[in-house]
Amino acid sequence: MSFLDQLIIHGPALLIALPLLGAFLTPLIGRVNDKLRNLFVIIILGITAILILLLAQEIFASGPITYVFGSTAPYVGKETVIRILFEIDALSIFMAMIGIILSFAAAIYSWAFMEKNTGLDKYYALLLLLTVGMLGMVLTGDMFNFFVFLEITSISSCALIAYYVNKAKSVEAGFKYIVVSTIGALFVLMAIALLYGQYDALNIAKLADSITFSFVDKIALVLLLAALAMKGGIVPMHMWLPDAYSRAPASVSLVLIGTTQAGLYGVFRVLFTLYGNVIELPTISMGWILVILGLLTMLVGVIMAMIQVDFKRLIAYGAVAELGYMFLGVGTCLTVLANPEVTLAQAPFAFEALKGGLFHVFNDALDVGLLFMVAGAVYYATKQTSLNSLGGLARNMKYTTVFFIIGLLAVSGVPPMNGFASKLLIYESTYQLNPILSIVAILASIMLLAIFVKVFHAAFLGPALPQFEKVKEVPKSMLIAMGIIAAFIVLFGLFPDLIVNTIVDPAANALIDNTGYLQWLTGGA
Amino acid sequence: MIETFLQTFDTGNGFWNPLIWIIAFVVIFLIVVILRGFGNKTYKKNTGQTKAFLSGNQEYEKNQMHVKASNLYWGWIESMKWVIDGLKKMHTGNVSDYVFWFVVVMGILLLFVGLM
Repeated sequence: MSFLDQLIIHGPALLIALPLLGAFLTPLIGRVNDKLRNLFVIIILGITAILILLLAQEIFASGPITYVFGSTAPYVGKETVIRILFEIDALSIFMAMIGIILSFAAAIYSWAFMEKNTGLDKYYALLLLLTVGMLGMVLTGDMFNFFVFLEITSISSCALIAYYVNKAKSVEAGFKYIVVSTIGALFVLMAIALLYGQYDALNIAKLADSITFSFVDKIALVLLLAALAMKGGIVPMHMWLPDAYSRAPASVSLVLIGTTQAGLYGVFRVLFTLYGNVIELPTISMGWILVILGLLTMLVGVIMAMIQVDFKRLIAYGAVAELGYMFLGVGTCLTVLANPEVTLAQAPFAFEALKGGLFHVFNDALDVGLLFMVAGAVYYATKQTSLNSLGGLARNMKYTTVFFIIGLLAVSGVPPMNGFASKLLIYESTYQLNPILSIVAILASIMLLAIFVKVFHAAFLGPALPQFEKVKEVPKSMLIAMGIIAAFIVLFGLFPDLIVNTIVDPAANALIDNTGYLQWLTGGA
Repeated sequence: MIETFLQTFDTGNGFWNPLIWIIAFVVIFLIVVILRGFGNKTYKKNTGQTKAFLSGNQEYEKNQMHVKASNLYWGWIESMKWVIDGLKKMHTGNVSDYVFWFVVVMGILLLFVGLM
């Protein structure tokens, strides 16, 4: 067996072990040399990214991978033994790709952006721990393990949000985040306990196979959905998100997008896989609940973004609005799936809506991520976050301005950027469920364009302001990080067919085909 | 290989090809530039033609003319005040209220799922 085969076989474990080990080694290397530490973190994340690509290639070619930690058999006699499964299908690896791109770009961006700060050993260690939590959440096939990784992301995120300990508002945002996250995690744990009490199992596939939709199962579903939707920043439980995103360093905001989306992944996994066998319900579809929450999220997000004058807070509300599109797309699909009288073959738009929703998950991470990096670059150069204080920066920060224009067009869904391709899928498919849905979605997109044009005018256009006469372009590491994300945006925008067929389509199929998820289960409790 | 990249994106009910869109955009841009070339060249630099006319008032210094972010979309914000004020009230910044909304959503979901 070649080294490459060994890497692929043990890839799932290495994806967690490598950044975890890196997190604990980072402070030690930081004692030797700061630049060596920064380089070490980038290399660790780079290797993790390569591993994810190798696993992705294997999964897209041969199907899901199961990796067993602990006993090889689920039972010894009648006794349940300790074992945790990582069950990685196309959706898991799709989410892992998003997470690692954000973390990798954040590490490069941090090199110059965080240079003048102290406590960087802790910062980089936490950044790697956050990556571990994010990857673990999307790779695991075990409910309790999911909770553990959820907690790892919550604790590391909280510490990173409150990184500027000398700023009261950062500490306050960190405190709010940990309160909200802990309460959410508590309810997730309660739901897991309810399921474990009933079925004596923690494995997602095993539970999915056993769930009967009893009263206790219904309560567990509600607890899981509400808690994970709060973690995913869905309105009206989104209020922690603008606080956290705007007060954290820009590089952290970038990775926080990945953790938010890991929460959304949890919602999708619970609805499609865990409760996938029993979701055909006669009275009211969970899909409609997702659609309504999606519409609310879009509208509240754009209206609140319109009145913001703080650069990062405005982007954060824009990010909230973008989350609504994902819920709308996925909810539309679930609405059709939950209707026993209609099959997917009869309503092919449902699958297109799901593809649109998932494609938008990736696009949103890139688009909003780029905008946060631009906001960080503007702060780095001017030490200002209020849009009222900014102006004329396009004269001195030409590259940053170009990156902002790319982010602006992409997030607003303007052709030929990536945001347009995913939004087009969502508009067309939701129109067939109900035209009002796509009208609201298009309206929200127009408002997003108006909002970011306002930012462009306020920060980059206008006459040269005397206080910014000496402002210079940001250092190369920040430009490279922004360039990487911008390149992905352009690539996804110019070749949407290639991206959708290669990674989005398999992810959508993996979500819909929950029998596939159960079939490849080798057993586990 | 190149065909894979150039393939038109099938959206289920329509299609989208960004490369064709870009080519069309460039062609239209070129047509506009050519048409513009036929126009009269009446623009004269550093004359009264280039000065802003503010109802006869004196023009401010350039750096005082920048419209600030909070002044943009003033009319829209005024007309939507009834919605914005409601949303502002909802966004208290108090973490207890964040948890309150979580409990509200959980209650509504419980009601819906209970009906199933």
